[in-house]
Amino acid sequence: MLLLCLDSSAVASAALVTGAGEVLGSFASPDTRSHAEVLAPAVRDLLAGRGVAGGDLDGILVGTGPGPFTGLRAGIATARALAFAWDVPLHGLMSLEALAQDAAGHARAAGHEEFLVLTDARRKEVYWARFALAEDGPRPAGGPGVAAAEQLPALPAYGRGAGIYADRLARPVPEFAAAQPTASSLGLAAARRTARGEALSPDTTPLYLRESDAKVPGPRKRAGA
Amino acid sequence: MTDGPLVLGIESSCDETGVGIVRGRTLLANVVSSSMDEHVRFGGVIPEIASRAHLDAIVPTLREALDRAGVGLEDLDALAVTSGPGLAGALMVGVAAAKALAVAADKPLYAINHLVAHVSVGLLEDSGIEGFQGAFDDGLPGDLGALLVSGGHTEILAVEDLGRDVRLLGATIDDAAGEAYDKVARVLGLDYPGGPAIDAAARDGDPAAFRLPRGLSAGKYMGSAERPGPHRYDFSFSGLKTAVARVVEGYEARGEPVPVADVAASFQESVADVITRKAVLACTEQGLGTLLLGGGVAANSRLRELTAERCAEHGIELVIPRLPLCTDNGAMVAALAARVVAEGRAPSGLDFAADSSLPVTTVSV
Ligand SMILES: [Zn+2]
Repeated sequence: MLLLCLDSSAVASAALVTGAGEVLGSFASPDTRSHAEVLAPAVRDLLAGRGVAGGDLDGILVGTGPGPFTGLRAGIATARALAFAWDVPLHGLMSLEALAQDAAGHARAAGHEEFLVLTDARRKEVYWARFALAEDGPRPAGGPGVAAAEQLPALPAYGRGAGIYADRLARPVPEFAAAQPTASSLGLAAARRTARGEALSPDTTPLYLRESDAKVPGPRKRAGA
Repeated sequence: MTDGPLVLGIESSCDETGVGIVRGRTLLANVVSSSMDEHVRFGGVIPEIASRAHLDAIVPTLREALDRAGVGLEDLDALAVTSGPGLAGALMVGVAAAKALAVAADKPLYAINHLVAHVSVGLLEDSGIEGFQGAFDDGLPGDLGALLVSGGHTEILAVEDLGRDVRLLGATIDDAAGEAYDKVARVLGLDYPGGPAIDAAARDGDPAAFRLPRGLSAGKYMGSAERPGPHRYDFSFSGLKTAVARVVEGYEARGEPVPVADVAASFQESVADVITRKAVLACTEQGLGTLLLGGGVAANSRLRELTAERCAEHGIELVIPRLPLCTDNGAMVAALAARVVAEGRAPSGLDFAADSSLPVTTVSV
Protein backbone atom coordinates (compact mmCIF):
# COMPACT_ATOMS: atom_id res chain seq x y z
CA MET A 1 0.00 0.00 0.00
CA LEU A 2 1.19 3.49 -0.87
CA LEU A 3 -0.32 6.61 0.70
CA LEU A 4 0.29 10.23 -0.21
CA CYS A 5 0.01 12.05 3.13
CA LEU A 6 -0.58 15.76 3.63
CA ASP A 7 -0.79 17.85 6.75
CA SER A 8 -1.19 21.62 7.04
CA SER A 9 -2.44 21.93 10.59
CA ALA A 10 0.78 23.67 11.61
CA VAL A 11 3.54 23.53 9.00
CA ALA A 12 2.77 22.47 5.42
CA SER A 13 4.03 18.95 4.88
CA ALA A 14 3.70 16.04 2.47
CA ALA A 15 5.05 12.48 2.45
CA LEU A 16 4.85 9.17 0.63
CA VAL A 17 4.37 6.37 3.17
CA THR A 18 3.97 2.64 2.56
CA GLY A 19 1.62 0.31 4.41
CA ALA A 20 4.68 -1.26 6.02
CA GLY A 21 5.47 2.07 7.61
CA GLU A 22 8.30 3.13 5.35
CA VAL A 23 8.62 6.82 4.47
CA LEU A 24 9.69 6.98 0.81
CA GLY A 25 9.99 10.72 0.68
CA SER A 26 8.88 13.76 2.63
CA PHE A 27 8.62 17.52 2.55
CA ALA A 28 8.00 19.97 5.37
CA SER A 29 7.95 23.74 5.12
CA PRO A 30 9.59 25.62 7.99
CA ASP A 31 6.97 28.30 7.45
CA THR A 32 3.43 28.21 8.87
CA ARG A 33 1.92 30.87 6.61
CA SER A 34 2.37 29.82 3.01
CA HIS A 35 0.56 26.49 2.79
CA ALA A 36 -1.32 27.30 -0.40
CA GLU A 37 1.94 28.27 -2.10
CA VAL A 38 4.14 25.31 -1.19
CA LEU A 39 1.95 22.25 -0.91
CA ALA A 40 1.15 21.52 -4.56
CA PRO A 41 4.74 21.96 -5.79
CA ALA A 42 5.86 19.71 -2.92
CA VAL A 43 3.45 16.97 -4.03
CA ARG A 44 4.59 17.28 -7.64
CA ASP A 45 8.26 17.01 -6.66
CA LEU A 46 7.66 14.18 -4.21
CA LEU A 47 5.92 11.99 -6.81
CA ALA A 48 8.37 12.87 -9.55
CA GLY A 49 11.30 12.13 -7.22
CA ARG A 50 10.05 8.58 -6.63
CA GLY A 51 8.71 8.06 -10.14
CA VAL A 52 5.21 7.57 -8.77
CA ALA A 53 2.11 8.53 -10.80
CA GLY A 54 -1.04 9.72 -9.03
CA GLY A 55 -2.94 6.67 -10.22
CA ASP A 56 -0.36 4.39 -8.52
CA LEU A 57 -1.43 5.64 -5.10
CA ASP A 58 -3.68 3.50 -2.92
CA GLY A 59 -5.00 6.58 -1.26
CA ILE A 60 -4.50 10.11 -0.02
CA LEU A 61 -4.43 10.81 3.70
CA VAL A 62 -4.88 14.30 5.07
CA GLY A 63 -4.54 15.68 8.58
CA THR A 64 -7.90 17.11 9.63
CA GLY A 65 -6.48 19.37 12.31
CA PRO A 66 -7.12 20.95 14.66
CA GLY A 67 -5.08 23.90 13.43
CA PRO A 68 -5.34 27.51 12.27
CA PHE A 69 -8.26 27.54 9.83
CA THR A 70 -6.79 29.01 6.66
CA GLY A 71 -3.71 26.81 6.62
CA LEU A 72 -5.68 23.73 7.58
CA ARG A 73 -8.08 24.27 4.68
CA ALA A 74 -5.21 24.56 2.20
CA GLY A 75 -4.16 20.98 2.97
CA ILE A 76 -7.67 19.57 2.95
CA ALA A 77 -8.61 21.40 -0.28
CA THR A 78 -5.42 20.06 -1.87
CA ALA A 79 -6.13 16.50 -0.72
CA ARG A 80 -9.75 16.57 -1.84
CA ALA A 81 -8.87 17.96 -5.27
CA LEU A 82 -6.05 15.44 -5.79
CA ALA A 83 -8.27 12.52 -4.78
CA PHE A 84 -10.98 13.74 -7.15
CA ALA A 85 -8.59 14.23 -10.06
CA TRP A 86 -6.75 10.92 -9.61
CA ASP A 87 -9.89 9.08 -8.54
CA VAL A 88 -8.18 7.49 -5.54
CA PRO A 89 -9.62 6.96 -2.03
CA LEU A 90 -9.42 9.89 0.39
CA HIS A 91 -8.84 9.46 4.13
CA GLY A 92 -8.70 11.84 7.07
CA LEU A 93 -6.89 11.50 10.40
CA MET A 94 -6.64 13.93 13.30
CA SER A 95 -3.33 15.78 12.93
CA LEU A 96 -2.44 15.38 16.61
CA GLU A 97 -2.07 11.63 15.94
CA ALA A 98 1.12 12.54 14.08
CA LEU A 99 2.59 14.12 17.20
CA ALA A 100 1.50 11.18 19.34
CA GLN A 101 3.26 8.88 16.89
CA ASP A 102 6.47 10.85 17.34
CA ALA A 103 6.11 11.07 21.13
CA ALA A 104 5.35 7.38 21.70
CA GLY A 105 8.98 6.16 21.85
CA HIS A 106 9.97 8.78 24.38
CA ALA A 107 6.81 8.19 26.42
CA ARG A 108 7.42 4.44 26.53
CA ALA A 109 11.06 4.85 27.57
CA ALA A 110 9.96 7.25 30.32
CA GLY A 111 7.26 4.86 31.49
CA HIS A 112 4.32 7.20 30.80
CA GLU A 113 1.02 5.34 30.39
CA GLU A 114 -0.85 8.43 29.29
CA PHE A 115 0.27 11.70 27.79
CA LEU A 116 -0.95 14.87 26.09
CA VAL A 117 0.04 16.34 22.74
CA LEU A 118 -0.36 20.08 22.29
CA THR A 119 -0.11 22.47 19.36
CA ASP A 120 -0.38 26.25 19.23
CA ALA A 121 -4.00 27.38 18.85
CA ARG A 122 -3.02 31.09 19.04
CA ARG A 123 -5.09 33.43 21.25
CA LYS A 124 -3.25 32.08 24.30
CA GLU A 125 -4.73 28.61 23.89
CA VAL A 126 -3.58 25.17 22.76
CA TYR A 127 -5.15 22.40 20.73
CA TRP A 128 -4.84 19.23 22.76
CA ALA A 129 -5.51 15.50 22.63
CA ARG A 130 -4.88 12.80 25.22
CA PHE A 131 -3.38 9.41 24.36
CA ALA A 132 -3.00 6.13 26.24
CA LEU A 133 0.10 4.10 25.40
CA ALA A 134 -0.93 0.55 24.44
CA GLU A 135 1.32 -2.36 23.43
CA ASP A 136 0.94 -1.46 19.77
CA GLY A 137 1.30 2.30 20.17
CA PRO A 138 -0.69 5.32 21.29
CA ARG A 139 -4.49 5.24 21.25
CA PRO A 140 -6.73 8.30 21.53
CA ALA A 141 -8.05 8.70 25.07
CA GLY A 142 -9.55 12.19 25.02
CA GLY A 143 -10.05 15.29 22.92
CA PRO A 144 -9.30 16.86 20.62
CA GLY A 145 -10.09 20.14 22.27
CA VAL A 146 -8.99 23.73 22.54
CA ALA A 147 -8.16 25.16 25.97
CA ALA A 148 -5.81 27.32 27.99
CA ALA A 149 -2.75 25.22 28.93
CA GLU A 150 -3.34 25.58 32.69
CA GLN A 151 -6.74 23.88 32.36
CA LEU A 152 -5.22 20.59 31.19
CA PRO A 153 -4.59 17.54 33.40
CA ALA A 154 -1.11 17.03 34.93
CA LEU A 155 0.15 14.56 32.31
CA PRO A 156 3.43 14.66 30.37
CA ALA A 157 2.81 17.16 27.56
CA TYR A 158 4.50 16.89 24.14
CA GLY A 159 4.60 19.31 21.23
CA ARG A 160 5.07 22.97 20.40
CA GLY A 161 1.96 23.91 22.38
CA ALA A 162 3.67 22.50 25.47
CA GLY A 163 6.87 24.36 24.58
CA ILE A 164 5.14 27.72 24.34
CA TYR A 165 3.22 27.31 27.61
CA ALA A 166 5.79 25.21 29.52
CA ASP A 167 5.44 27.51 32.54
CA ARG A 168 1.71 26.81 32.78
CA LEU A 169 1.91 23.03 32.47
CA ALA A 170 2.67 20.46 35.17
CA ARG A 171 4.88 18.19 33.06
CA PRO A 172 6.06 19.69 29.76
CA VAL A 173 8.55 17.48 27.89
CA PRO A 174 11.45 19.78 26.87
CA GLU A 175 12.84 17.44 24.18
CA PHE A 176 9.56 17.88 22.26
CA ALA A 177 9.07 21.60 22.91
CA ALA A 178 9.26 22.44 19.19
CA ALA A 179 7.56 19.32 17.74
CA GLN A 180 4.81 19.87 15.16
CA PRO A 181 2.56 17.42 13.31
CA THR A 182 4.05 16.29 9.98
CA ALA A 183 2.63 14.32 7.08
CA SER A 184 5.25 11.57 7.41
CA SER A 185 4.34 10.92 11.05
CA LEU A 186 0.67 11.09 10.18
CA GLY A 187 1.29 8.41 7.56
CA LEU A 188 3.11 6.24 10.10
CA ALA A 189 0.21 6.64 12.53
CA ALA A 190 -2.15 5.54 9.75
CA ALA A 191 0.07 2.55 8.87
CA ARG A 192 0.04 1.48 12.52
CA ARG A 193 -3.75 1.71 12.58
CA THR A 194 -4.20 -0.36 9.44
CA ALA A 195 -1.65 -2.89 10.74
CA ARG A 196 -3.89 -3.53 13.72
CA GLY A 197 -6.88 -3.95 11.44
CA GLU A 198 -8.54 -0.56 11.75
CA ALA A 199 -9.95 0.98 8.59
CA LEU A 200 -8.95 4.56 7.80
CA SER A 201 -11.77 7.07 7.99
CA PRO A 202 -13.07 8.57 4.74
CA ASP A 203 -14.04 11.70 6.70
CA THR A 204 -11.91 14.77 5.96
CA THR A 205 -14.12 17.28 7.77
CA PRO A 206 -11.80 19.85 9.36
CA LEU A 207 -11.65 19.87 13.15
CA TYR A 208 -12.17 23.60 13.58
CA LEU A 209 -13.15 23.27 17.28
CA ARG A 210 -13.96 26.97 17.30
CA GLU A 211 -16.91 28.72 15.74
CA SER A 212 -16.26 31.41 13.17
CA ASP A 213 -15.97 34.73 14.99
CA ALA A 214 -19.14 36.02 13.43
CA LYS A 215 -21.68 37.51 15.78
CA VAL A 216 -25.33 37.75 14.92
CA PRO A 217 -26.13 41.45 15.21
CA GLY A 218 -28.64 42.22 17.96
CA PRO A 219 -31.89 44.00 17.17
CA ARG A 220 -31.15 47.53 16.06
CA LYS A 221 -31.77 50.13 18.75
CA ARG A 222 -34.69 52.31 17.86
CA ALA A 223 -34.36 56.01 18.39
CA GLY A 224 -36.72 57.70 20.87
CA ALA A 225 -39.17 55.90 23.08
CA MET B 1 -19.03 26.82 -31.15
CA THR B 2 -15.79 28.75 -31.42
CA ASP B 3 -12.33 27.27 -31.57
CA GLY B 4 -9.80 28.05 -28.95
CA PRO B 5 -8.33 26.66 -25.78
CA LEU B 6 -10.48 24.54 -23.47
CA VAL B 7 -10.11 26.15 -20.04
CA LEU B 8 -11.60 25.47 -16.62
CA GLY B 9 -11.81 28.44 -14.25
CA ILE B 10 -12.27 28.46 -10.47
CA GLU B 11 -13.61 31.41 -8.49
CA SER B 12 -13.71 31.67 -4.68
CA SER B 13 -13.00 35.31 -3.84
CA CYS B 14 -16.18 36.02 -1.88
CA ASP B 15 -19.25 33.91 -1.08
CA GLU B 16 -19.73 32.08 -4.40
CA THR B 17 -17.82 28.93 -5.26
CA GLY B 18 -17.78 28.96 -9.05
CA VAL B 19 -16.42 26.59 -11.66
CA GLY B 20 -16.79 27.48 -15.34
CA ILE B 21 -15.57 25.84 -18.51
CA VAL B 22 -15.10 27.60 -21.86
CA ARG B 23 -13.73 26.65 -25.24
CA GLY B 24 -12.35 29.89 -26.68
CA ARG B 25 -15.37 32.21 -26.61
CA THR B 26 -17.97 29.48 -26.10
CA LEU B 27 -19.39 28.87 -22.65
CA LEU B 28 -19.71 25.14 -21.90
CA ALA B 29 -20.57 25.17 -18.18
CA ASN B 30 -21.05 27.71 -15.41
CA VAL B 31 -21.81 26.15 -12.02
CA VAL B 32 -22.02 28.25 -8.87
CA SER B 33 -22.60 27.21 -5.28
CA SER B 34 -23.39 30.16 -3.02
CA SER B 35 -23.10 30.35 0.75
CA MET B 36 -25.37 33.40 0.75
CA ASP B 37 -28.02 31.71 2.90
CA GLU B 38 -25.49 31.12 5.66
CA HIS B 39 -24.73 34.85 5.88
CA VAL B 40 -28.37 35.98 6.14
CA ARG B 41 -28.51 36.02 9.92
CA PHE B 42 -25.36 38.16 10.05
CA GLY B 43 -26.61 40.69 7.50
CA GLY B 44 -23.38 40.50 5.50
CA VAL B 45 -20.72 38.11 4.22
CA ILE B 46 -18.71 36.57 7.08
CA PRO B 47 -15.29 35.63 5.64
CA GLU B 48 -14.72 32.54 7.81
CA ILE B 49 -18.16 31.15 7.01
CA ALA B 50 -17.57 31.77 3.30
CA SER B 51 -14.19 30.00 3.49
CA ARG B 52 -15.67 26.96 5.22
CA ALA B 53 -18.39 26.76 2.60
CA HIS B 54 -15.84 26.98 -0.25
CA LEU B 55 -13.97 23.98 1.12
CA ASP B 56 -17.10 21.86 1.10
CA ALA B 57 -18.41 23.13 -2.24
CA ILE B 58 -15.28 23.07 -4.35
CA VAL B 59 -15.14 19.39 -5.41
CA PRO B 60 -18.92 18.94 -5.95
CA THR B 61 -18.99 22.16 -8.01
CA LEU B 62 -16.01 20.99 -10.03
CA ARG B 63 -17.59 17.61 -10.68
CA GLU B 64 -20.85 19.15 -11.82
CA ALA B 65 -19.14 21.61 -14.17
CA LEU B 66 -17.13 18.85 -15.84
CA ASP B 67 -20.28 16.73 -16.17
CA ARG B 68 -22.27 19.56 -17.70
CA ALA B 69 -19.53 20.45 -20.15
CA GLY B 70 -19.05 16.78 -20.97
CA VAL B 71 -15.27 17.01 -20.65
CA GLY B 72 -12.66 15.42 -18.42
CA LEU B 73 -9.71 17.09 -16.71
CA GLU B 74 -7.43 15.35 -19.21
CA ASP B 75 -9.15 17.18 -22.10
CA LEU B 76 -8.37 20.66 -20.75
CA ASP B 77 -5.73 22.91 -22.27
CA ALA B 78 -5.37 24.94 -19.10
CA LEU B 79 -6.71 25.64 -15.63
CA ALA B 80 -7.35 29.07 -14.16
CA VAL B 81 -8.15 30.46 -10.73
CA THR B 82 -8.95 33.81 -9.20
CA SER B 83 -5.88 34.77 -7.16
CA GLY B 84 -7.22 38.20 -6.10
CA PRO B 85 -8.54 40.65 -5.17
CA GLY B 86 -10.97 39.23 -2.61
CA LEU B 87 -11.21 37.71 0.87
CA ALA B 88 -7.83 36.15 1.70
CA GLY B 89 -9.11 32.96 3.35
CA ALA B 90 -11.71 32.41 0.65
CA LEU B 91 -9.21 32.91 -2.19
CA MET B 92 -6.87 30.40 -0.56
CA VAL B 93 -9.34 27.52 -0.93
CA GLY B 94 -9.75 28.00 -4.66
CA VAL B 95 -6.03 28.54 -5.16
CA ALA B 96 -5.10 25.37 -3.22
CA ALA B 97 -7.63 23.28 -5.13
CA ALA B 98 -6.58 24.71 -8.51
CA LYS B 99 -2.91 24.01 -7.85
CA ALA B 100 -3.73 20.45 -6.83
CA LEU B 101 -5.70 19.94 -10.06
CA ALA B 102 -2.84 21.40 -12.07
CA VAL B 103 -0.44 18.90 -10.48
CA ALA B 104 -2.85 15.96 -10.78
CA ALA B 105 -3.80 16.62 -14.40
CA ASP B 106 -0.40 18.04 -15.36
CA LYS B 107 -1.96 21.16 -16.92
CA PRO B 108 -0.73 24.77 -17.01
CA LEU B 109 -2.36 27.01 -14.39
CA TYR B 110 -3.16 30.70 -14.82
CA ALA B 111 -3.71 32.97 -11.78
CA ILE B 112 -6.34 35.49 -12.82
CA ASN B 113 -7.46 38.94 -11.60
CA HIS B 114 -11.07 38.82 -10.39
CA LEU B 115 -11.99 42.34 -11.53
CA VAL B 116 -10.58 41.94 -15.03
CA ALA B 117 -12.34 38.56 -15.22
CA HIS B 118 -15.66 40.35 -14.65
CA VAL B 119 -15.03 42.29 -17.86
CA SER B 120 -13.95 39.24 -19.82
CA VAL B 121 -17.43 37.68 -19.88
CA GLY B 122 -18.05 40.20 -22.64
CA LEU B 123 -15.85 37.97 -24.80
CA LEU B 124 -18.22 35.02 -24.55
CA GLU B 125 -20.69 34.48 -27.41
CA ASP B 126 -24.28 35.49 -26.66
CA SER B 127 -23.26 36.75 -23.24
CA GLY B 128 -25.25 39.99 -23.30
CA ILE B 129 -28.88 40.54 -22.35
CA GLU B 130 -31.35 41.56 -25.03
CA GLY B 131 -30.70 45.09 -26.28
CA PHE B 132 -27.28 45.27 -24.60
CA GLN B 133 -25.36 42.52 -26.36
CA GLY B 134 -22.40 44.33 -27.75
CA ALA B 135 -20.78 43.07 -30.94
CA PHE B 136 -17.47 41.70 -29.82
CA ASP B 137 -16.89 39.17 -32.60
CA ASP B 138 -13.50 40.63 -33.32
CA GLY B 139 -12.56 40.83 -29.67
CA LEU B 140 -13.28 43.65 -27.27
CA PRO B 141 -13.11 47.22 -28.56
CA GLY B 142 -10.01 49.23 -27.66
CA ASP B 143 -12.13 52.01 -26.13
CA LEU B 144 -13.85 49.80 -23.57
CA GLY B 145 -14.78 50.94 -20.09
CA ALA B 146 -16.21 48.79 -17.35
CA LEU B 147 -18.43 49.65 -14.42
CA LEU B 148 -18.27 46.86 -11.81
CA VAL B 149 -20.75 47.08 -8.95
CA SER B 150 -21.13 44.31 -6.40
CA GLY B 151 -21.24 43.47 -2.70
CA GLY B 152 -17.46 43.24 -2.62
CA HIS B 153 -16.27 45.96 -4.98
CA THR B 154 -17.27 49.07 -6.94
CA GLU B 155 -14.94 50.24 -9.72
CA ILE B 156 -14.60 52.01 -13.04
CA LEU B 157 -11.96 50.47 -15.32
CA ALA B 158 -10.45 51.46 -18.65
CA VAL B 159 -9.74 48.31 -20.64
CA GLU B 160 -7.38 49.11 -23.45
CA ASP B 161 -6.36 45.49 -23.95
CA LEU B 162 -8.01 42.87 -21.77
CA GLY B 163 -4.95 40.64 -21.68
CA ARG B 164 -2.42 43.26 -20.72
CA ASP B 165 -3.55 46.83 -20.29
CA VAL B 166 -6.24 47.57 -17.74
CA ARG B 167 -6.34 50.74 -15.66
CA LEU B 168 -8.34 51.55 -12.53
CA LEU B 169 -10.02 54.93 -13.07
CA GLY B 170 -12.04 55.01 -9.86
CA ALA B 171 -13.19 52.88 -6.96
CA THR B 172 -15.05 53.10 -3.68
CA ILE B 173 -12.98 54.51 -0.85
CA ASP B 174 -15.11 52.81 1.83
CA ASP B 175 -18.06 50.43 1.39
CA ALA B 176 -18.88 48.63 -1.84
CA ALA B 177 -22.28 49.62 -3.25
CA GLY B 178 -23.73 46.19 -2.46
CA GLU B 179 -22.52 46.49 1.13
CA ALA B 180 -24.30 49.86 1.44
CA TYR B 181 -27.48 48.17 0.19
CA ASP B 182 -27.10 45.46 2.86
CA LYS B 183 -26.55 47.97 5.66
CA VAL B 184 -29.42 50.23 4.60
CA ALA B 185 -31.72 47.22 4.24
CA ARG B 186 -30.97 46.39 7.84
CA VAL B 187 -31.75 49.93 8.98
CA LEU B 188 -35.07 49.69 7.12
CA GLY B 189 -35.87 46.25 8.54
CA LEU B 190 -35.62 44.62 5.09
CA ASP B 191 -34.08 41.26 4.22
CA TYR B 192 -30.49 40.32 3.35
CA PRO B 193 -29.21 40.57 0.69
CA GLY B 194 -30.21 44.22 0.57
CA GLY B 195 -29.99 44.71 -3.21
CA PRO B 196 -33.16 42.87 -4.28
CA ALA B 197 -35.00 43.82 -1.05
CA ILE B 198 -34.42 47.56 -1.53
CA ASP B 199 -35.07 47.33 -5.27
CA ALA B 200 -38.48 45.77 -4.51
CA ALA B 201 -39.35 48.20 -1.71
CA ALA B 202 -38.34 51.18 -3.86
CA ARG B 203 -40.83 50.28 -6.58
CA ASP B 204 -43.69 51.98 -4.68
CA GLY B 205 -41.57 54.83 -3.34
CA ASP B 206 -40.79 58.40 -4.40
CA PRO B 207 -37.10 58.70 -5.30
CA ALA B 208 -37.27 62.44 -4.66
CA ALA B 209 -38.87 62.16 -1.21
CA PHE B 210 -35.54 62.67 0.54
CA ARG B 211 -32.52 64.49 -0.79
CA LEU B 212 -29.69 62.15 0.22
CA PRO B 213 -25.97 62.88 -0.29
CA ARG B 214 -24.04 61.91 -3.44
CA GLY B 215 -20.65 60.84 -2.05
CA LEU B 216 -17.48 62.56 -3.36
CA SER B 217 -19.47 64.83 -5.68
CA ALA B 218 -18.31 68.14 -4.19
CA GLY B 219 -16.01 70.36 -6.24
CA LYS B 220 -13.00 69.75 -4.00
CA TYR B 221 -13.18 66.03 -4.80
CA MET B 222 -14.19 66.34 -8.44
CA GLY B 223 -12.01 69.18 -9.69
CA SER B 224 -12.36 69.77 -13.44
CA ALA B 225 -11.63 67.70 -16.53
CA GLU B 226 -8.37 69.61 -16.98
CA ARG B 227 -7.45 69.58 -13.31
CA PRO B 228 -9.13 66.52 -11.79
CA GLY B 229 -9.63 66.49 -8.02
CA PRO B 230 -8.40 63.63 -5.85
CA HIS B 231 -11.60 61.58 -6.23
CA ARG B 232 -13.08 62.56 -9.57
CA TYR B 233 -14.12 59.00 -10.46
CA ASP B 234 -14.20 57.55 -6.94
CA PHE B 235 -17.18 56.57 -4.81
CA SER B 236 -18.08 56.75 -1.14
CA PHE B 237 -21.22 55.25 0.37
CA SER B 238 -20.62 55.49 4.09
CA GLY B 239 -22.00 59.05 4.39
CA LEU B 240 -25.12 58.01 2.49
CA LYS B 241 -25.67 55.09 4.84
CA THR B 242 -25.37 57.43 7.84
CA ALA B 243 -27.78 59.92 6.25
CA VAL B 244 -30.38 57.17 5.79
CA ALA B 245 -29.97 56.13 9.42
CA ARG B 246 -30.58 59.79 10.49
CA VAL B 247 -33.80 59.96 8.48
CA VAL B 248 -35.07 56.71 9.98
CA GLU B 249 -34.13 57.76 13.51
CA GLY B 250 -35.98 61.04 13.01
CA TYR B 251 -39.23 59.22 12.26
CA GLU B 252 -38.72 56.84 15.14
CA ALA B 253 -37.99 59.68 17.58
CA ARG B 254 -41.23 61.38 16.56
CA GLY B 255 -43.09 58.09 16.95
CA GLU B 256 -44.09 58.15 13.29
CA PRO B 257 -43.99 55.14 10.93
CA VAL B 258 -40.90 55.09 8.70
CA PRO B 259 -41.86 55.60 5.02
CA VAL B 260 -39.80 52.59 3.96
CA ALA B 261 -40.67 52.74 0.26
CA ASP B 262 -39.74 56.43 -0.03
CA VAL B 263 -36.48 55.99 1.90
CA ALA B 264 -35.56 52.92 -0.17
CA ALA B 265 -36.35 54.73 -3.43
CA SER B 266 -34.41 57.84 -2.38
CA PHE B 267 -31.41 55.76 -1.30
CA GLN B 268 -31.45 53.75 -4.51
CA GLU B 269 -31.70 56.94 -6.55
CA SER B 270 -28.67 58.39 -4.79
CA VAL B 271 -26.59 55.25 -5.44
CA ALA B 272 -27.66 54.90 -9.07
CA ASP B 273 -27.27 58.63 -9.72
CA VAL B 274 -23.75 58.99 -8.41
CA ILE B 275 -22.50 55.72 -9.92
CA THR B 276 -23.88 56.35 -13.38
CA ARG B 277 -22.92 60.03 -13.40
CA LYS B 278 -19.31 59.26 -12.57
CA ALA B 279 -19.12 56.28 -14.94
CA VAL B 280 -20.44 58.30 -17.86
CA LEU B 281 -18.13 61.19 -16.97
CA ALA B 282 -15.17 58.81 -16.99
CA CYS B 283 -16.22 57.41 -20.37
CA THR B 284 -16.62 60.81 -22.01
CA GLU B 285 -13.40 62.26 -20.57
CA GLN B 286 -11.30 59.15 -21.18
CA GLY B 287 -12.66 58.48 -24.67
CA LEU B 288 -14.36 55.20 -23.80
CA GLY B 289 -17.07 54.50 -26.39
CA THR B 290 -18.38 51.26 -24.88
CA LEU B 291 -19.26 50.54 -21.26
CA LEU B 292 -19.67 47.06 -19.82
CA LEU B 293 -21.77 46.83 -16.65
CA GLY B 294 -20.79 43.93 -14.39
CA GLY B 295 -21.03 42.65 -10.82
CA GLY B 296 -24.06 41.42 -8.90
CA VAL B 297 -25.57 44.89 -8.45
CA ALA B 298 -25.96 45.01 -12.24
CA ALA B 299 -29.21 43.17 -11.45
CA ASN B 300 -30.56 46.36 -9.85
CA SER B 301 -33.38 47.70 -12.00
CA ARG B 302 -32.76 51.40 -11.33
CA LEU B 303 -29.02 51.13 -11.88
CA ARG B 304 -29.58 49.44 -15.23
CA GLU B 305 -32.24 51.92 -16.27
CA LEU B 306 -30.24 55.01 -15.38
CA THR B 307 -27.01 53.62 -16.87
CA ALA B 308 -28.86 52.88 -20.12
CA GLU B 309 -30.44 56.33 -20.17
CA ARG B 310 -27.21 58.23 -19.55
CA CYS B 311 -25.11 56.08 -21.88
CA ALA B 312 -27.67 56.72 -24.63
CA GLU B 313 -27.56 60.49 -23.97
CA HIS B 314 -23.78 60.48 -24.36
CA GLY B 315 -23.56 58.09 -27.30
CA ILE B 316 -21.89 55.35 -25.26
CA GLU B 317 -22.69 51.76 -26.22
CA LEU B 318 -23.80 49.85 -23.14
CA VAL B 319 -23.17 46.12 -22.72
CA ILE B 320 -24.85 44.15 -19.91
CA PRO B 321 -23.98 40.46 -19.55
CA ARG B 322 -26.65 37.98 -18.49
CA LEU B 323 -27.02 37.96 -14.71
CA PRO B 324 -25.32 34.58 -14.04
CA LEU B 325 -22.30 36.05 -15.83
CA CYS B 326 -22.48 39.35 -13.87
CA THR B 327 -22.40 37.79 -10.43
CA ASP B 328 -19.18 36.08 -9.35
CA ASN B 329 -18.60 32.89 -11.34
CA GLY B 330 -15.90 30.60 -12.70
CA ALA B 331 -16.79 31.12 -16.37
CA MET B 332 -15.39 34.65 -16.25
CA VAL B 333 -12.11 33.33 -14.90
CA ALA B 334 -11.99 30.71 -17.65
CA ALA B 335 -12.92 33.28 -20.32
CA LEU B 336 -10.09 35.62 -19.36
CA ALA B 337 -7.61 32.76 -19.10
CA ALA B 338 -8.67 31.45 -22.54
CA ARG B 339 -7.77 34.86 -23.91
CA VAL B 340 -4.44 34.94 -22.08
CA VAL B 341 -3.67 31.39 -23.32
CA ALA B 342 -4.60 32.31 -26.89
CA GLU B 343 -2.17 35.23 -26.69
CA GLY B 344 0.55 32.70 -25.92
CA ARG B 345 1.33 34.06 -22.47
CA ALA B 346 3.23 31.90 -19.96
CA PRO B 347 1.27 30.18 -17.19
CA SER B 348 1.64 31.31 -13.57
CA GLY B 349 3.39 28.21 -12.26
CA LEU B 350 2.53 26.76 -8.85
CA ASP B 351 4.34 29.13 -6.50
CA PHE B 352 2.08 32.20 -6.66
CA ALA B 353 0.19 33.36 -3.59
CA ALA B 354 -3.39 34.54 -3.28
CA ASP B 355 -3.33 38.34 -3.07
CA SER B 356 -6.36 39.94 -1.43
CA SER B 357 -5.48 43.34 -2.91
CA LEU B 358 -4.20 42.34 -6.37
CA PRO B 359 -4.24 45.52 -8.54
CA VAL B 360 -6.17 45.50 -11.86
CA THR B 361 -2.95 46.23 -13.71
CA THR B 362 -2.00 42.61 -12.97
CA VAL B 363 -4.37 40.77 -15.31
CA SER B 364 -2.64 37.43 -14.85
CA VAL B 365 0.01 36.76 -12.24
ZN1 LIG C 1 -16.93 40.18 -8.19
